[in-house]
Amino acid sequence: MKVTINVDDCIGCGICVKISPKGYEINDQMKAQVLDMNAPGIKEGADDCPVGAILVEGEAMPAAQAPAQAEEILVKPDLSEYKGVMVFAEQRGGDLMKVTLELLGRGRGLADELGVPLSVALLGHGVDGLAPTLIAGGADKVYVIDDPRLKDYNTSSYAKAMIELIRAEKPEIVLYGATHNGRDLAPRIAKRLDTGLTADCTELSIETETRMLLQTRPAFGGNIMATIMCPDNRPQMSTVRPGIMKVLEPDQNRKGETIIFDAKLTDADVLTRIIEIIKERKVVANLEDAKIIVSGGRGVGGADGFKTIQALADILNAEVGGSRVAVEKGWISKDHQVGQTGKSVRPNLYIACGISGSIQHRAGMQNSECIVAINKDPSAQIFTVADIGLVGDLFDVIPALIEELKAAGIGQ
Amino acid sequence: MNIIVCVKQVPDTTDVKIDPKTGTLIREGVPSIVNPDDKHALEEALHLKEKFGGKVTVLSMGPPQAEDALRECSAMGADDMILLCDRAFAGADTWATSYTLGEAAKKIGYDLIICGREAIDGDTAQIGPQMAEHLQIPQITYVRKVEVGDGKVICERALEDGYERIEASLPALLTVISDLNKPRYPSVRGIVEAYQEKKVTVWTAADIGADMACIGLDGSPTNVKRSFAPEPKGKGEVLKGDAKEMSKQLVEKLKEKNVLR
Repeated sequence: MKVTINVDDCIGCGICVKISPKGYEINDQMKAQVLDMNAPGIKEGADDCPVGAILVEGEAMPAAQAPAQAEEILVKPDLSEYKGVMVFAEQRGGDLMKVTLELLGRGRGLADELGVPLSVALLGHGVDGLAPTLIAGGADKVYVIDDPRLKDYNTSSYAKAMIELIRAEKPEIVLYGATHNGRDLAPRIAKRLDTGLTADCTELSIETETRMLLQTRPAFGGNIMATIMCPDNRPQMSTVRPGIMKVLEPDQNRKGETIIFDAKLTDADVLTRIIEIIKERKVVANLEDAKIIVSGGRGVGGADGFKTIQALADILNAEVGGSRVAVEKGWISKDHQVGQTGKSVRPNLYIACGISGSIQHRAGMQNSECIVAINKDPSAQIFTVADIGLVGDLFDVIPALIEELKAAGIGQ
Repeated sequence: MNIIVCVKQVPDTTDVKIDPKTGTLIREGVPSIVNPDDKHALEEALHLKEKFGGKVTVLSMGPPQAEDALRECSAMGADDMILLCDRAFAGADTWATSYTLGEAAKKIGYDLIICGREAIDGDTAQIGPQMAEHLQIPQITYVRKVEVGDGKVICERALEDGYERIEASLPALLTVISDLNKPRYPSVRGIVEAYQEKKVTVWTAADIGADMACIGLDGSPTNVKRSFAPEPKGKGEVLKGDAKEMSKQLVEKLKEKNVLR
């Protein structure tokens, strides 16, 4: 077998090293180089190179792999005592965050595939009334940890309570919403439990042979997707991007168990003090819940151009979104941004106007029910995800479209 | 007050594009930059130093070229530059990286650690909280305003639907967002010092007394199984005609699909 790396193409991203740590390394020039061409994963590392800089010719020698694998089996810890899927239920002021039900929807599927129960960790003070909603949403068991120190979200007391519960119940998978609080909490738990955590996942599945969790997320600014595993440590943990997973139809007849868990918290477990929580009801775009979104990108040309986008949104009673370019150029505020670094949305109708459709943008809107793209450039990437494409200048098309909508009696 | 600012050198992902034919990244000289959130972290540290005195140390883990990122921070006003550079650190996930940065922070000494919320290449936002856990100190994430006094820090922490004001005792760790401040430009004197006079201190795994089982690949619970370009949906239709004709067809189709009523 022969492995060649084209150093001119190599961007030094290190993906090959992550896939085949014994096969590749990144040298001082920030380029990949081959350490051992017979190492496990050498072919996969080449296949997954995002710039196609690694060329493998011929077949690997299987004999060389056998001893390495035998050695790895010896050091594998016993993971069989970890069973079940657990979801962290996020509530704020006693209201359940929608992402919790999304996690239950996906968690139910994972638990069924593994043939294990789905449990929920519900932390707070006087929140046990939420248990029936969680059971109707797919949970078999609800662990309620009730303590005045858990009334409002607090990193250290929530982390302590979750760690106690995970140590006692030993779930094999724990899922958190990738909200500000979820992304504050989960890393701390993962560090203390000496286990892995995959951030902001957009796809979760089970690898049939190994029963392990495959955690897929956008990386490199959303330009590539990476599938992450946590082979030797438990639980396997992910934060999951809100707005991606489907909520189950609530089933009020579903049977579930509510269990009170004592996390033995003390005042010493609270390291920070919340002085006040302020809800801001400013005109923040509520893109996540919008039924229709009209978005503008580079082609809109300026803040003035967004008046045209707004006019179309008005007649459709829609929210206005923007691409990263539009936000970075200051044409529209950050809370309108759709994409990998903005919001993930799945409205019934998404109309992309003058948006080229970089992967980072598509990652945030491609799950929309129906996508319409309006763009001058027929080769724009946005057309690859569009259900209906209109090739033309948005400043010609939108006014015409508004006329047609009016004629059809829409927005009257 | 001694402040450590953690910075990362990252590829400027805004410029990355995908070749539609091959589905691979087009590199076209993607430049390396200081991670944007980290510059806001540094700005806040410099501001606090101006107010209370003390020292600002910029800390990074990366290959030798990451020195450039540290020098840029020094030109903005950071006092000391430390680069954690060792082949043994390579392939680290957030668990191993936070261990490594945390061990270095112990050696440096600190009252406050400030990190950017997340790096634009990894987007995990996990290093800050995991470092705080490793050091057993309080953390405040998504910080958009900072006040320091009486051995305490009071921050505004951004939430999806507002914000909260949180107090923590020092030492503490903050992760900050871009709303916090506007990073300054390097001064001419700063540039001269950073690039001609000052030295970057390089520490290896041995220098920070790292447990080899906790760093790099061996210290990483997660690994990448595979990576791929997102799949295109590719089932759409493209309408024909002028603006008026296309609009008419579109309205009909949306009504057919029951998207418009």
